Amino acid sequence: MIETLSQPWPWYIAGPLIGLMVPLLLVAGNKLLGISSNFRHVCAAVLPSRANFFRYDWRGQGGWNLMFALGILLGGLFASLALSDGVPIQLASATRADLAELGISDFTGMVPAELFSWSEIFSLRGLILFGVGGFLIGFGTAYAGGCTSGHGIAGLAAFELPSLIAVISFFVGGLLTTHFLLPLIL
Amino acid sequence: MSSPAEAHRTIGAEDAEPSSSEAPGAALAIYLLLGFLFGIILIKAEIVSWFRIQEMFRLQSIHMYGIMGSGVATAALSVALLKRAGVTTLGGDPIRVTRKELGSGRRYVLGGLAFGAGWAMTGACPGPLLALIGYGVTSMIVVLAAALIGTWSYGLLRPRLPH
Repeated sequence: MIETLSQPWPWYIAGPLIGLMVPLLLVAGNKLLGISSNFRHVCAAVLPSRANFFRYDWRGQGGWNLMFALGILLGGLFASLALSDGVPIQLASATRADLAELGISDFTGMVPAELFSWSEIFSLRGLILFGVGGFLIGFGTAYAGGCTSGHGIAGLAAFELPSLIAVISFFVGGLLTTHFLLPLIL
Repeated sequence: MSSPAEAHRTIGAEDAEPSSSEAPGAALAIYLLLGFLFGIILIKAEIVSWFRIQEMFRLQSIHMYGIMGSGVATAALSVALLKRAGVTTLGGDPIRVTRKELGSGRRYVLGGLAFGAGWAMTGACPGPLLALIGYGVTSMIVVLAAALIGTWSYGLLRPRLPH
């Protein structure tokens, strides 16, 4: 059992499991699947600001979501301790070749060590990837009112036009960055 | 662009549900458990992998598209079934999905483009970011900190941004 679970899960197992999060959260208490609102809750809780955006009852509205986020962190920890098989990702060979051309040679782990180890942070490249990349995640999801979970899964499943526009924009932004910006950065 | 009333209304689309009465302790434990399962799925399906996100944006594998497609289909189908069966929440309320406001739509385009760029650079969206930190990729804490600054900046700039 553990051995089966420790292997990478195929998309046709993982996708439906992720989809089931939406009805489970609704039954649990009419909550909509979403993660990025937690950035806002944390800002409202700890960062001083007079902006209206951060003046609301973050405990009442966001308490469940912060617990959900903490659960994700613990789930990641559990997976590394109990469900890790140590086998490198079976990446498409075309992707491997493309990335090798950009100078990436280490394909073990979840992120390339060449780009995301602690020692890289204070290089210009690291500053862009960690700093600008992270900033855009927080800024973009707050502006768009959701991320890949809230818009990509929950929103699309509810046939929301705003979510469709957002998801298309996620991909346009990601495609442009991957094909035009990353070759300059890496 | 934003009156105080509107400012109160257009909170993030994800948390637009009116807060209803709920028993704190036991109810919150459910969300912790669901998050825990979600985190395991994100890791084991390699959704957290920078490499998989590159593969997706280079259109070189069905993996991520299959996950999103089957995830959306499963969510839509199961919510429709819940509603048809008249299932209520654990607290006894009818199931309801809050609608998102379209407005001019510009926030979804501009915010979406910004997030998409950040997603391609870091290989992480918000959920996977947390799962990665738990998994032991501790440098992602820096990305998380930058994301918080990003959201904070949005909060300050919001009155001046088109929505």
